[in-house]
Amino acid sequence: MRVLKLAFTYLRIGIANEMQYRVNFFIQLLQSFVSLGTGLIGLALVYNYTNELGGWTRPELLAVMGVYIFMGGIINAAIQPNMGRLMEEIQAGTLDYALTKPADGQVLVSIREFRVWQLVDVVVGLVVLGIAVDQIHQRIGMLETLEFVAALLMGAVMIYCFWLMLTSTAFWIVRVSDNIINLFQGVYAAGRWPVTIYPNWLRLGLTFLVPVAFAVTVPAETLTGHLQPLTLLEAAGLTLLLVALARLVWRLGVRNYSGASA
Amino acid sequence: MRHYLDFYLTSMKIAIQEQFQYPVANYFYMIGMIAEPVIYLVVWSTVATLQGGTVGGYAPGYFAAYYIVWTLVRNMNIVFTPYGWEMRIQRGQLSGELLRPIHPLHSDVAYFAGWKVVVIVLWLPLAACLALIFKPSLNPTWLQVVVFFIAIWGAYLIRTMLLSLLGMITFWTTRVGALYELFFAFELILSGRLVPMALMPGWVQTISAFLPFQWTFFFPINALVGNPTTPDLLYGLGMQLVWIIAGIFFARIVWRLGIRRYAAVGN
Repeated sequence: MRVLKLAFTYLRIGIANEMQYRVNFFIQLLQSFVSLGTGLIGLALVYNYTNELGGWTRPELLAVMGVYIFMGGIINAAIQPNMGRLMEEIQAGTLDYALTKPADGQVLVSIREFRVWQLVDVVVGLVVLGIAVDQIHQRIGMLETLEFVAALLMGAVMIYCFWLMLTSTAFWIVRVSDNIINLFQGVYAAGRWPVTIYPNWLRLGLTFLVPVAFAVTVPAETLTGHLQPLTLLEAAGLTLLLVALARLVWRLGVRNYSGASA
Repeated sequence: MRHYLDFYLTSMKIAIQEQFQYPVANYFYMIGMIAEPVIYLVVWSTVATLQGGTVGGYAPGYFAAYYIVWTLVRNMNIVFTPYGWEMRIQRGQLSGELLRPIHPLHSDVAYFAGWKVVVIVLWLPLAACLALIFKPSLNPTWLQVVVFFIAIWGAYLIRTMLLSLLGMITFWTTRVGALYELFFAFELILSGRLVPMALMPGWVQTISAFLPFQWTFFFPINALVGNPTTPDLLYGLGMQLVWIIAGIFFARIVWRLGIRRYAAVGN
């Protein structure tokens, strides 16, 4: 309960902060449309030469892109800014200020930043997804919707855990910040296409090493009839595992942290 | 002339020593960059296989070679970013650089050129791994290899000029992030970074013939992995030279106009 209240307070501060810079909204809008445009061009180029890619038709791939943009918006609004700040503070030794506060350290470092304008991508993603679903002509009932929401939630949690573990490497290796963000964005871009088209080793990597498959492909599968019966159970299992693992890595990291000022 | 050479050699040496201290950071950076071409490579190899072996006349082996060489060319295309210019101008760091008896652009070019040497060395094992996995078909002539090695440095200079020009816009206005993103999107499509130019619709190829982008990306890659004729290769190097000179020319003009508007902030 206390955690929720805390999260809500930080959310409010974050939004209030961003509201001071309303031009950023238009800049974000432009950027979202530019990246949507390049994504659509890539898709159009591929379907210029073929009718299906690894069993996925064009509207189905559009659905994948919708989820990809949506999840990207969530990551850029709520996950990446927090992790970026955490990384800087570990390097500068100012994480002391967060760790000494009377709340759980992991919770605190995960909720401090919120970039509200990035939610433009969430809206754009939903619109793209809506258009795709309309083109697919597959009936989407209550069950599919529930599966979709569950898959999205688990995907977001997995990405968060993965990010936290990646960021925690800063406790041991200095000077990684920009490169880690770059590394993550590079790998996340693989989610633009369904992971089923990748060669086995890469697909396994994108499923278990970096959970892009569960964050993007699986939610899209729930809406396009590609979902295998056991996939959601696997997702739940992996989510629990990652949550525990991330907690462990964070703890080890904090124990290794010595601060700079204190 | 002598002191320029001295300056360049020393700056490059410093950059090499500095960057070799952070092999892990450099590798993280390069691995992150490899994801992008691997995605394109897989997508287009899949399309080629679906189409019975080739797409637009290219077999999967060509795509493998194209996107593996892509990784080196992309690294050569990394130069001092417009965001760096933004920071340099907004925070007034430029003031210090202005006091030196040499144009700030020289230190950018020299430092990043030194870094490139580190990048090329670190790239070789990565390229070997990628080659083992994706089996590129690559059998260039000696001329192609020589032209490739000149062309990647030509690409480096053209892109330095382009991004410096873009960065110098910060003399007039802050917050140019959106403009940069737009530039990068155009570049992605018109340079051959997304797909080999031949896969683009005809009209896109026509437009890009009048722009500098493909000479920084498609030309160096294709010089090595394609089957260009000798006149093609020479024409390409000539176009690179034209764009380098044009870039320097415009950079000088914009620099002169911009520096008048520069008012140091901070120090």
